[in-house]
Amino acid sequence: MIAIVAPRVDWTSIAPVVVLVAAALLIVLFKAISRDRVRTYEPALLIGVLGLALSAFYLTKQWSVVVDGGPSDALAHMTALDGFSVFISVIVIISAILMLLLSSEYLVARGIESRPEYVALVLMSAAGMLVMAGANDLIVVFVALEVLSIPLYVLAAYDRTRARSLEAGIKYFVLGAFSSAIFLYGVALVYGATGTTSLEGIQTFLATRVLVNEGSLIAGMVLLLVGLAFKVAAVPFHMWTPDVYEGSPSPVTAFMASATKAAGFAALLRILYTALAQYSSDWRQLIFALALVTLLGGTFGALWQTDLKRLLAYSSIAHAGYILIGVQAGTAKGLQSSLVYLFVYAFMTIGAFAIVVALGGTDDLHAISDLRAYGRRRPVIAALLAFFLLAQAGIPPTAGFIAKLGVFAAAAGAHSYALLIAGVVTSVIAAFFYLRVILTMYAAADEQELPDELETAPTWPAIGVPVAAVLAICVVMTVWVGVLPTIIIDFARDASLIF
Amino acid sequence: MGGYPILTAIVVAPILGALLVLLTPARRPELARAIGLMVSMATLGFALLLLWKFRTNFGGFQYLEHNRWFDSLGVGYIVGVDGFSLFMVVATALLFPIGLLASAKIEHRAKAYVFWFLLLEGAILGIFLSLDLIGFFIFWEAMLVPMYFLIAGWGSANRKYAATKFFIYTAAGSAFLLAAMLVLAFLHQSDTGTLTFDYRVLAAWTTGGMSTTTEYWLFFGFMAAFAVKAPLFPFHTWLPDVHTEAPTAGSVVLAGVILKMGAYGVLRFGFELFPRASAHFAPLFLTLAVIGIVYGSIVAAMQKDAKRVIAYSSVAHMGFILLGIFSITIFGLDGATFTMVSHPLTTGALFLVIGMLYERRHTRQIDQFGGIWKSAPKLTAMFLVAMFAGIGLPAFSGFVGEFLALLGTFAVHRWWGIVATTGVILGAVYMLWMFQRVFTGVPEGENAEMADANGREMLVVVPLLALSLFIGLYPKPVLDRIEPTVKCAVRSFEIRTQTMQRPASDRMDLSGVKGCR
Repeated sequence: MIAIVAPRVDWTSIAPVVVLVAAALLIVLFKAISRDRVRTYEPALLIGVLGLALSAFYLTKQWSVVVDGGPSDALAHMTALDGFSVFISVIVIISAILMLLLSSEYLVARGIESRPEYVALVLMSAAGMLVMAGANDLIVVFVALEVLSIPLYVLAAYDRTRARSLEAGIKYFVLGAFSSAIFLYGVALVYGATGTTSLEGIQTFLATRVLVNEGSLIAGMVLLLVGLAFKVAAVPFHMWTPDVYEGSPSPVTAFMASATKAAGFAALLRILYTALAQYSSDWRQLIFALALVTLLGGTFGALWQTDLKRLLAYSSIAHAGYILIGVQAGTAKGLQSSLVYLFVYAFMTIGAFAIVVALGGTDDLHAISDLRAYGRRRPVIAALLAFFLLAQAGIPPTAGFIAKLGVFAAAAGAHSYALLIAGVVTSVIAAFFYLRVILTMYAAADEQELPDELETAPTWPAIGVPVAAVLAICVVMTVWVGVLPTIIIDFARDASLIF
Repeated sequence: MGGYPILTAIVVAPILGALLVLLTPARRPELARAIGLMVSMATLGFALLLLWKFRTNFGGFQYLEHNRWFDSLGVGYIVGVDGFSLFMVVATALLFPIGLLASAKIEHRAKAYVFWFLLLEGAILGIFLSLDLIGFFIFWEAMLVPMYFLIAGWGSANRKYAATKFFIYTAAGSAFLLAAMLVLAFLHQSDTGTLTFDYRVLAAWTTGGMSTTTEYWLFFGFMAAFAVKAPLFPFHTWLPDVHTEAPTAGSVVLAGVILKMGAYGVLRFGFELFPRASAHFAPLFLTLAVIGIVYGSIVAAMQKDAKRVIAYSSVAHMGFILLGIFSITIFGLDGATFTMVSHPLTTGALFLVIGMLYERRHTRQIDQFGGIWKSAPKLTAMFLVAMFAGIGLPAFSGFVGEFLALLGTFAVHRWWGIVATTGVILGAVYMLWMFQRVFTGVPEGENAEMADANGREMLVVVPLLALSLFIGLYPKPVLDRIEPTVKCAVRSFEIRTQTMQRPASDRMDLSGVKGCR
């Protein structure tokens, strides 16, 4: 008789994920059993937010476990529980909550049917990202990648009545599936070279043996990088980004820009810094090239954009480049600065997309030229957009500056002077396109010829409490981290120490 | 030192004032204006208190405050004042209330104007007082935003172009500054094990700690930012455009203190952090400074727009300051620092008078004016005095500073001193020529009916001219406060570069100077 020994299940380490999946299933179940006339979206939203809050609660418990007992792993070494996974999970949960707060009003204002499945999809995707944050095995990374991506494909195409949204969904799906396949091929090659898919196993294997023929390992490493570079939107694997970001409903775009990026970088960082630590001189060259072209591609791509969402999409590509500068350092400081950047960027980008939501309009197109003289027509919206754009440009005393300072400092500490110079130069060029938007709002040449509606235009925008709350949270966090960054820097340092 | 954080009060007061202005209702701009004026006067009060309490025989930093900020990156909040920064703080605190008074005619979104103006003041004061490299950089970058909005919101016709040009030029320079600061701090860390951006620690370390090649590279990284801001020829091209488009008070502040930020950067971080590089490249920068003087003067004479004349004259005057700095002699540095005090007074007055002409005629084209002397004698008198003060007529402050700067340069780099001296003559040429075209002759049309300066306008300009006359006649109180720091700086420069070939007249007399680092 063969005894099947199930691995011991450590509930602490998977509780946040379990909660999210359970909430998602509950929502679907609730939808299935409720009668047609019953409003189902609001209860689903409530379940979703409660689920995320409960998940956040378990994350705090995880954090205290990690602080007391150091990093551990669970489920037969498949998932890791460490400061790093908690940090990334926090970003994901915050992004998901803010995204859901943005969604209700967005869906109603754009006349999109709000269905409970929307919330369930967000929760499923967030669950996948949480798994990704702690994935300690290439197979788990792959599974998490799929779990987080498939709901996003649906969410991108959620606005079924709009061709652009459908196009975004299809594009994201095709290229996403393509990148998953490439990633899987990379997993296979690395397995062939090392005989294991466990990240720790690979690390031990490479640390104790000298490979005579590195070809398959290097090829596998490159393919893993390519697969994840798709997810974090690094040039030249960014082709989908502008179209998908533009076409998807704005809250979904905000979620993709903040949480998906964090999850993608989580897998990238963990694979590079643990499994392939021995090969850091090799992957640092690859990341160097990737960071350089991402910085240049994102920045110069943004220069020519005329649509606000596309501009933000290219700017998000450029931000991936700055995070890659931190990754490339290959040091504890580099890891820490990447984490800080991901955290700060989540608030800056969700804030910017919250403004896109608040701008209103039914077709979701936001030509920058339409923002003309917004400084007078809608002063609060204009001031907030200017604030988030300046923060993304890295102007002190906003959090954007602290984030950039961190990755630049990591590059200087790791003697990556070329990337340091590329980073500072592209941030000047980037200032140019952010300023272009601000100038349109504040220095329109024909401001005198504005219509009379000006006199009656309300100072405060007509936005609901949830959107206002999202904006307030993002502004407060961006200023707070910018002025007193100690707490978040220390959090990231602890998270990377006990990794 | 003093038990109360007066320097923090100086930096924080305008910023808090700006936030207070934000809370006032938009319908009552006079409230915002009153708060702005009161806050900037209070800041001036703090600055005068600092001036009063400043110890004259002390070369190091006074009123130091050192607090932790974010340790994991080695960044602290460190502020302190010495002879280099003292008068820049006072000049800044003086020019901002004057700028606000001069902007009384601004009706359009007055609240936002006052808000940005106060933020600008806080950021500039922070630049002059910060002794932590990152703290300095934060203020240096943060200052761009209010200035950008002031130009973009209240400039003349071509303001979009000017605002963007100002931002991008300056940001491009400071990008290299940030990179160089980070590399410097991490080189220090790998040498000594501590990561710090404390200026005093780094300044004590640089010469012994790195190779000359590294020092040269980092020096150019720093100079990229300062040369653009100062501006040093050939990086001056943004200045005339920005001056032309900026509102009057913006121009006053720009020429008065923002340009000085570049010169201050060289004084503080140029040759004290990188003495060998400064010594090695001094001839290059002296040459650029001399080109700036001569070229600025000649181009100023060719301008049709009165504001552009003053803008190019600023290029020339900044040339004198950089000349004095890169002579790295006691006289030269005395002269440079003195000119940094004097130039805000004279050029501020000139911009204010031209702003008044513009408010009356809505043009600044020199050929549109003529015979103003007849119709507006008080206005003309103010311009005349400001002009004499600006071109360095003895008895005015401009003379003292430029004379000392030239003296210092002549002692060690004779030919540069000789060529630069022609700038004094050229300066008289373009200013007198402009005066002749604008103010003399027979007034025609609108020029004949021009209103003379009113009480508020006199109140704005006359104190600047009186101060210029006072420190021109009696420069001792100013020099007494500058010189200990200059002596310490030159001393440490000579020790660290091991150059003692200065002429005997310039030998150090350190008796009575305390607190050298």
